[in-house]
Amino acid sequence: MKMSSFYHETQTVFGTHKNPILQWIFSIDHKRIALLYMGVMFTLFFFAVGAALTMRAELFSPGSQFLEPQTYNQLFTFHGVTMIFLFIVPGIAAALGNFILPLMLGARDLSFPRLNLLSWWLYILGVVTGLSSLVTGYGFADTGWTFYAPYSIRTDAHVLSTLSAAFILGLSSILTGINFVVTIHRLRAPGMSFFKMPLFVWGLYATAWIQVLATPVIGITLLLVILERTLGVGIFDPTKGGDPILYEHLFWIYSHPAVYLMILPGFGIVSEVLPVFTRRTIFGYHSIAISSASIAGIGYLVWGHHMFTSGMSDTARIIFSFLTFLVAVPTGVKIFDWVATLYKGSIILATPMLWILGSIINFTIGGLTGVTLGALGADIHLHDTYFVVAHFHYTILGGVIFMFIGGLHYWYPKITGKMYDEVRGRIAFILMFIGFNTLWFPMFLAGYLGNPRRYFDYLPAFTPFHQIAGIGAIFVALGLMLIVYNFYRGLKNGKEAGPNPWRGTTLEWHIPSPPPLENFSKIPYVDFEPYEYKEGEPLVQFDENFRRVH
Amino acid sequence: MNEEMAYDMQGKPHRVPDFHEDYDGGKLGFWIFLLTEAMMFGALFLLFAIYFYRYTEAFATSSGMLDVWLGGTNTVILLVSTYTMGLGTLMMRQGKIRVSVILIGLTALMAVTFLAIKAVEWSMDIQHGLYPNSGVLDAMDKGEILFWGLYFVMTGLHGLHIIAGIALMVWVSLMIRSGSVRPDHIIVMKNVTLYWDFVHLIWIVLFPIFYMIGV
Repeated sequence: MKMSSFYHETQTVFGTHKNPILQWIFSIDHKRIALLYMGVMFTLFFFAVGAALTMRAELFSPGSQFLEPQTYNQLFTFHGVTMIFLFIVPGIAAALGNFILPLMLGARDLSFPRLNLLSWWLYILGVVTGLSSLVTGYGFADTGWTFYAPYSIRTDAHVLSTLSAAFILGLSSILTGINFVVTIHRLRAPGMSFFKMPLFVWGLYATAWIQVLATPVIGITLLLVILERTLGVGIFDPTKGGDPILYEHLFWIYSHPAVYLMILPGFGIVSEVLPVFTRRTIFGYHSIAISSASIAGIGYLVWGHHMFTSGMSDTARIIFSFLTFLVAVPTGVKIFDWVATLYKGSIILATPMLWILGSIINFTIGGLTGVTLGALGADIHLHDTYFVVAHFHYTILGGVIFMFIGGLHYWYPKITGKMYDEVRGRIAFILMFIGFNTLWFPMFLAGYLGNPRRYFDYLPAFTPFHQIAGIGAIFVALGLMLIVYNFYRGLKNGKEAGPNPWRGTTLEWHIPSPPPLENFSKIPYVDFEPYEYKEGEPLVQFDENFRRVH
Repeated sequence: MNEEMAYDMQGKPHRVPDFHEDYDGGKLGFWIFLLTEAMMFGALFLLFAIYFYRYTEAFATSSGMLDVWLGGTNTVILLVSTYTMGLGTLMMRQGKIRVSVILIGLTALMAVTFLAIKAVEWSMDIQHGLYPNSGVLDAMDKGEILFWGLYFVMTGLHGLHIIAGIALMVWVSLMIRSGSVRPDHIIVMKNVTLYWDFVHLIWIVLFPIFYMIGV
């Protein structure tokens, strides 16, 4: 017998609809909204990947191949804006978080289901506004995703729509953050204290606070640039006494914490996958939970390291450098906890686990080069070179997106009720892992040797680095295509997954896959730690009424 | 409605939080929203502080050009309006629905008056050529350009919040009429009152930094 799942019935903001499309776009079910986010986000992701591949092709040899320099500027702005604002900032929280968070807490939905739908609509409005300049003939912004004043005030390219889009997306992100904080505070199942929450929830909790506290600052900053362009208020315009450096300060006060906003839910996924595929309790549960909160906290104090070369007092630079080193401490604590979990665990190298292990390796390289960049002297040399580009792609692509893909594989059976093909999954991982490192590692060297970033051309001496990278990019693209194909085939004719294919311990694995409309028929009482294994089997078991039997 | 229970291994019942009518959750969510508003205005206050430090004299001179009496009247109006709004919520809780609706109406009326006075002030400034990108202003000192830029941005943003407040008050009145806001269910009204308090608090800071540094 097949149970009726949330795919069969839903609640919409206007009661019931017959039309399946309206049922989807007006649904207030957190699971459907999560899938809506996923669909749009990954479409945009592939657009942005396309832009990146175009740039790589242009950079395959020095000189101009087929792009104008101005088109190149617009292309990397499009790539950056789409990847940052439309994909990775809202990414894990809005897509996977929306789906999994209430399941992990033992809740039937988020605290504000209608607000959740509004967030999605605002997100779509942001997407449309942001991309509108592509089709209206004005051309995309050419400022890079950072919109540095005064260039963003002066340029003839169409920056207004992109700025407004970022503003609207910020609003959407704030509303999601509020929803998550309240849900975590109010809707935990009885007995689930904060330190009995799964670590993915901890990651989302820290993320939500960053969304709430940092996003308004960039919102108002971008609004000021909008007013600057339309009315000429002069706050960042040096000809009117305004200070462009202040723009950088305000921008990075948000955007540096936003870096942690991207990675913290990813860390949460790592902490979920590791115990399940080593079949043991995670090492240092408390230190992982608290390090998420400390990363969020310290992350606020380090924005100045983006401005070491912009003009800042030496005292300020030393303080920011020190604080930047400091943020590596909780991050290091996490990594060591994960390694300790792996130690003597019975490791199962299934696809999700491979992605997570790969992401730990990549992220460690990205993190350590981040410490290099946090050192003042090194930063003066490496600032705005390909070294920086390699560093943040190692953390964001090799770290966050690898974790995201790992999480997608991990929860794929829960979301769809089907299994993907394991062999195909592993091949895709290997393609991506090799491709990724071939693509980005040469950039460290090119950057160290002085190849500046964002330039449409380079000196012939750098040709080999760019050509090796270009070959890596092909592997990455193939890997991504294989993942999509694998997921598609899994949906079409994967075998039934059953409620708990990985033998996980957290609450979402105790309900059917895919989950029914309101997740839990009965809410369980939680008097156990999130990851308890006994001889490789989950310790806690429930009967059909969600009363604990073991 | 019966409360749902979860049972532990000993069979003891524990209350399950109900996500449909979560009063405290609604309150918590709104407080966090106000925190985001505070962060947004906070960034503007930071900008003001930095530029005030840099161009103290120019700021004082420009501030002297604002009409402190009109601004002061507006401050009094906002102070009284938070009082009526708060009183309205109190009356609602005591079941005096009619009085409550009248008080909300009064608050909205005061909010409209505030906007009207603001409009008079703005048009006076604009008549003197004191608006961003005007020839008169651009010929002035850099500090004065910044003062007027910040003045229009910050009071403008505050004005938008007033407009939103009026819309919220109308909405609350409609909800009272339809029975969605009742003496035993005032979370929406309470949040609107909180919002109005916040809007007036922002003005309490805006007034001295713009109008009084030049007095």
